Amino acid sequence: MKKNISTRPFEGTAEQERRLIEAIERYKGEKGAVMQVLQLAQEIYGYLPLPVQQKIANGLDVPFAEVYGVSTFYSQFALSPKGKYQVSVCLGTACYVKGAQAVYDRLKTILKPGEDGCTADGKFSLEACRCIGACGLAPVITINDEVYGRLTEKDIDGILESYKHR
Amino acid sequence: MKIATAADLAAVEKKAADEINNGDISVLVGLATCGIAAGANPVMKEFKAELDRQGIKNARVTRTGCIGVCQYEPVVEVFVPGKEKVTYVKMTADKVSRIVEEHLKDGRPVVEYTIGAQQKEGVTAENISLSGTAFYKKQERIALRNCGVIDPESIDEYIARDGYKALTKALTEMSPADVIAVMKASGLRGRGGAGFPTGLKWDFAAGNAADQKYVCCNADEGDPGAFMDRSVLEGDPHAVLEAMAIAGYAIGSTQGYIYIRAEYPTAVARLQIAIKQAKEYGLLGENVLGTGFSFDIALRLGAGAFVCGEETALMTSIEGKRGEPRPRPPFPALKGLWQKPTILNNVETYANVAQIILKGADWFAGMGTEKSKGTKVFALGGKITNTGLVEVPMGTTLREIIGEVGGGIPGGKKFKAAQTGGPSGGCIPATHMDTEIDYDNLIAIGSMMGSGGLIVMDEDTCMVDIAKFFLDFTVDESCGKCAPCRIGTKRLYELLEKITGGNGVLTDLDKMEELCYYIKDNALCGLGQTAPNPVLSTLRYFRSEYEAHCVDKKCPAGVCKSMLSYEIDQEKCKKCSLCVRVCPVGAINGVIKNPHSIDKSKCIKCGACVNTCKFGAIAVR
Repeated sequence: MKKNISTRPFEGTAEQERRLIEAIERYKGEKGAVMQVLQLAQEIYGYLPLPVQQKIANGLDVPFAEVYGVSTFYSQFALSPKGKYQVSVCLGTACYVKGAQAVYDRLKTILKPGEDGCTADGKFSLEACRCIGACGLAPVITINDEVYGRLTEKDIDGILESYKHR
Repeated sequence: MKIATAADLAAVEKKAADEINNGDISVLVGLATCGIAAGANPVMKEFKAELDRQGIKNARVTRTGCIGVCQYEPVVEVFVPGKEKVTYVKMTADKVSRIVEEHLKDGRPVVEYTIGAQQKEGVTAENISLSGTAFYKKQERIALRNCGVIDPESIDEYIARDGYKALTKALTEMSPADVIAVMKASGLRGRGGAGFPTGLKWDFAAGNAADQKYVCCNADEGDPGAFMDRSVLEGDPHAVLEAMAIAGYAIGSTQGYIYIRAEYPTAVARLQIAIKQAKEYGLLGENVLGTGFSFDIALRLGAGAFVCGEETALMTSIEGKRGEPRPRPPFPALKGLWQKPTILNNVETYANVAQIILKGADWFAGMGTEKSKGTKVFALGGKITNTGLVEVPMGTTLREIIGEVGGGIPGGKKFKAAQTGGPSGGCIPATHMDTEIDYDNLIAIGSMMGSGGLIVMDEDTCMVDIAKFFLDFTVDESCGKCAPCRIGTKRLYELLEKITGGNGVLTDLDKMEELCYYIKDNALCGLGQTAPNPVLSTLRYFRSEYEAHCVDKKCPAGVCKSMLSYEIDQEKCKKCSLCVRVCPVGAINGVIKNPHSIDKSKCIKCGACVNTCKFGAIAVR
C-alpha cells in the first residue's frame, strides 16, 4: 500500500517524549515488541514521524529498517499527520454496492484534500477505509468516533457543515 | 473470588441464574457496534431515567450484544416473566416513556413500535417478537446462542448459561485425546473460509512434542462485508476464551493469543474485560479449577493488513514483524508462532467448541450436510431487505437465505447475484439459487464459503465493476512478497480498468482468464491463489456483461461512467434552467422557458445535473 510520508517538520512535546520512553521501557526485551510500541507511539503523537521511529529503533535495539518496514507495511500506521476531524469512508463491499463511491467523491469535491489527505487548514483529513463491520447501516462514514450511516451523497454537505463551526 | 472446583462453578451458576430469574422484567438494549452507531446509548440512558422517574423497581435495563437485525437498530427487547419477549425496533429516546408506561407498567406491548409493524404481512400476535418473524424461523443458533441474550461484560451471565461448564468437563472428565476425538467426530470444519477439519488440526499439533505450544485465534476479520466475528466477540467473548482454553488443554499449550483487528474497538474492549474477569475467577491463569492445567490469553492488535488473515502471515505479525506469509510446509502445527507448534482457529469455529463438548459430537454431526456439519453464520448485506446476522444449518439453500430469512430484494428490483467469500470468493447467479450451501458445493460453483459475508446484488450492480472493485482491494492488500500476486493482480486490474473504461476488446477476456489461472497456480499464499476468483466467477456467469462492455461499449447496469450518456427527457423537463446553472463545464445549453440540451462532447459525466433536477428529467443511459 502506498504511504504518504510527511515532509512537515516534526514537533513533539516533552510530555509526549516521556510517554514514548515509558512505552519503549515497558516492552523492551519482550518478543514482538515493535508493533506494540508503534501502536502506542501512534496514540501519543497521532502519527509516526520518522524521528519517533528512530527513537523506537534505538530504544528497542532493533535496526531502523525493521521499524520502518513494519510501519510502512500496515495501513493503520500513519506516516503523516491527520486532520483535526478524520473523515473515513467505508469502501467495504456492502457499502460499495449501496453507493459509497458517490459519497466519497462528494467528500473529495467539497474538502479538496492535499497529497497527504489533509485539508490545507489541517481541519479535515479524508481517507477511504476498509470495512468497519457496520454493514447493516451501509453506506457508512466515520468522523473521529462519530458514525454516520444510511447516507447518500446529498447528506454530506449538511454533515460537514456541522463540523465547520466546532 | 476464585472458582477452585467444579462445585464452586455450580454455586456461581446457581446464584447468577437466580438473580436473572428473580421475577423482574428485563429490558435488553442491543449495544454492539451497529447499535451504538445507530444511537442505542441514549435509548438505554433514557430507559434507566424513565424507570427512576416512574419509580419502577421490578425492572432492570442491561446491555447485550448484536440481536441480529441490523437495519432495525437500535433494537430493544423486553422480557416479562412468563410471556414471550417483545422486540422493539428503530428505537429512539422519545419512544421510551410510552413503552415504560404501557408495556412495563400495564403489560400492553406498544405494537406499532415492534418489529411486527415493519413486516410485509403487518403486525400479528406472533411477530411482535423477533422469534416470530420469517427472519428468525429458519435460524439455528449455536455460535450466536448468547449474542443478544446475555450481557457480554458479565461473566456471571455467561456462567448462568452453562458457561465454562465445557472447560470443567474437559479438565475433569476427559483426557486431551478424548477432547480431540470428540472434535474429530463432530465434523466441525474451520469457519474462517478454507474449511479444514478442526479436530484434525488439533490432533496434528498435539502430536508434535515441544517445550511450548500456542493456541491462536484469528479475529482479523478482513473480508469487506463480513462482521460475524465482531458480533460474536462483542456479544459473547467468554465463549471464545473458554474454547481456546479447551484447545490449550487438548494440544498441551499454556499460552493463547487473540489477533484482533484494531478497527473493532468495542470488541477489543469487551475481550479485555472478559479476560480480566476470567483471570479473577481463576478460569484462566495458573492451576485452573485445581486441575494443574494453566492457560493464559493475550490480545494482539492488528494494524490493517488483509493478508494477516492468512495463518502464517498472522503469526509473523504477532511476532511483531511485517505480516508476510511464509511457504508451507512446515505447517503451523509443526512450526508456527516463534517456530513452535501452533493451532489457529477463527472466532466462529471457537464459538462452537464449548457446545460440542457439552452436547456431544453426535448432536453436532446431526446437523448440516454430509461433509459440512453444524451451522454457519452469515452476514447478510447489500441489496437485501433484512440486512443482519443470521445463523442457519449447513445445507440451507441460497433461495431460503435470501428470499425467506433475508426478505428478498427491496424496491421491486431483480436479483442478479450473491457474493460469498469476499475478495477470495465469487458471485453466484440466480441459476444456482437452489444449491445447498456447504463448503464443497460452493467451491463446485466457483465461489467459496469464506468467513461468511454474503452480499446481495441486484440489476443495478455491474459485474465487471464488482470484479474491478475486488481486484482493487487485492492489489492494495497484496503484501508484495511473491511476483504472481504482486504483479499479476495489478495486470489483471489494469485489464478490468481498460474494459470498464470502454477500451476493452474481446481478446482481453481470454487474456484475463489465462492470467487468472497463472496467478491461482503460482501465488505463495491463500490471498494470491484466490485473488482471481471474483474475475473468474463473473466471467463464467456474466460473460455477456463483459462482452457488452467490449463490443457494444455499453454498461448494461448503467454503472461504468465512461459508457454512460446523459440526455434530457424533453417530456419531463420543465425548462427551469437549474441544470444549466449547476453544470460545472457549461455543457448544458438553454435558457429558462426554452428547451435544454446536453452537449455530449463537453459533458464530463459528473452527475451534478441529475442530482439537481427536481423532475427526474435527466436520463442516464
